[in-house]
Amino acid sequence: MPTADFVTGLKCRVCGKLYPKAPINFCTDDFGPLEVAYDLDRARQVLGRDKIARRPRAMWRYRELLPLDGEPSVGPQVGCTPLIRADRLADALGVDRLWIKNDAVNFPTLSFKDRVVAVALSKAREFGMRTVGCASTGNLANSVAAQAAQAGLDTVILVPADLEKAKIFGTAVYGAKVISVTGTYDEVNRLCTQIALKYGWGFVNVNLRPFYAEGSKSMGFEIAEDLGWRFPQHVVCPMAGGALVGKIHKAFTELHATGLVSQPVTTKMWGAQATGCNPISDCVKSNRERHKPVRKPDTICKSLAIGDPADGYFAAKLIRDSGGWAEDASDDEIVDGMLLLARTEGVFAETAGGTTVAVARKLIEAGRLPRDEEIVLCVTGNGLKTQDAVFEAVERPAVIKPSLAAFEELAGVVGEPVLA
Amino acid sequence: MPITVQVPTPMREQAGGKAEVAVAGATVRAALDDLVRQYPGLAPKLFDGGKLRPYVNVFVNDEDIRYLDEMDTAVADGQTIALIPAVAGG
Repeated sequence: MPTADFVTGLKCRVCGKLYPKAPINFCTDDFGPLEVAYDLDRARQVLGRDKIARRPRAMWRYRELLPLDGEPSVGPQVGCTPLIRADRLADALGVDRLWIKNDAVNFPTLSFKDRVVAVALSKAREFGMRTVGCASTGNLANSVAAQAAQAGLDTVILVPADLEKAKIFGTAVYGAKVISVTGTYDEVNRLCTQIALKYGWGFVNVNLRPFYAEGSKSMGFEIAEDLGWRFPQHVVCPMAGGALVGKIHKAFTELHATGLVSQPVTTKMWGAQATGCNPISDCVKSNRERHKPVRKPDTICKSLAIGDPADGYFAAKLIRDSGGWAEDASDDEIVDGMLLLARTEGVFAETAGGTTVAVARKLIEAGRLPRDEEIVLCVTGNGLKTQDAVFEAVERPAVIKPSLAAFEELAGVVGEPVLA
Repeated sequence: MPITVQVPTPMREQAGGKAEVAVAGATVRAALDDLVRQYPGLAPKLFDGGKLRPYVNVFVNDEDIRYLDEMDTAVADGQTIALIPAVAGG
């Protein structure tokens, strides 16, 4: 694969000022977020559906629209997760056509964060960084730790101290230096900004954030390609920092701009949060321009528990402008959503997936999400990491002695024998 | 002991290269007014039309002023005001 770099630089999303490629995440004039800009006209000349189809099934098949100078050196096998036609869940929700984009089985750490980390750490290496890190609600920590181990980078990972055990363990197991901070995610995040500014390490969601966030676009590229190079009418996305919903939409916009999909982007974007931490859905529902931060998130959905989302403003604006809406789900509704997804589609998603299913159900029942149009639900993480959330809601197995009589005593298990 | 304002790296050029500046004032607003009086070059970075820019977060002793009394948050000698870029995380 020849290297081809179509990145023109970093652009401030507030004032439009251009910056050269560097490990910076904000405009030095107004502190607005920086986003990677591409020469899409030039990319259009080299990209084609056939060319992409011949490449390996991994997120890098869309490499011209990802921000690396050269070959990806971290995470070569990430992405290209299944897009599942979810007919049984569709029946349960009362809609005609439904798909699950299943990043619960993303490689290597079972969440969509593997995509963003593959880009961020490949970029960190291009910048010559030796130490990388992140502020994380769990999934990101797992992915940075695993992929940094593969890349031989030193890692410093800061997480809120009240995180699920499985997520802390699933970070430390890779040899990462994990620091539990007695505070909310937003406090951890603020501390990481201070550390990144002082020490110059590669914090994937701080100074590498413009590059990192671009990795999420691959989820959008894959949805469109797997639908036969077209866009769904609706995408429902969980929201923590609020970047993913925007990047999936940006992916669609770039597919159209580069001629890979001729259909203009009319997809409506829908956002899902937990009621115990709902700054973005509250912002949409109350028609405020900017979100009100949540000081103390209180939800079982810890992976979405960001009280002051960096992309809150942009996510709320996109959701409104695209014609979508946002909603939030209670802890009980989240558990019901996890069980419904598991029992109709055989997909065990983490709490964020339960949130997405629960919110989709509420939006459908409220008449906002049309029952007769194409809907894609984004499942971004794996239920094995948040088992505690559903443990009490799942029936324990019956325990019997190893005898046929004991088995036959179980009510409701035994039917008519086939042999006399 | 005065109030200390911690200045992030990208603002230091306009703050005479300093990482910390001593200021006076009874509220965050008064303290930041004093900061801008000492270093006028910081004004357009911190404020737009007299309002704090949306992507600058202000912390008093590590607490975000949006959870306190915003710009009217009281500050006292010995306390630290940190100016921190907001676009991180997620």
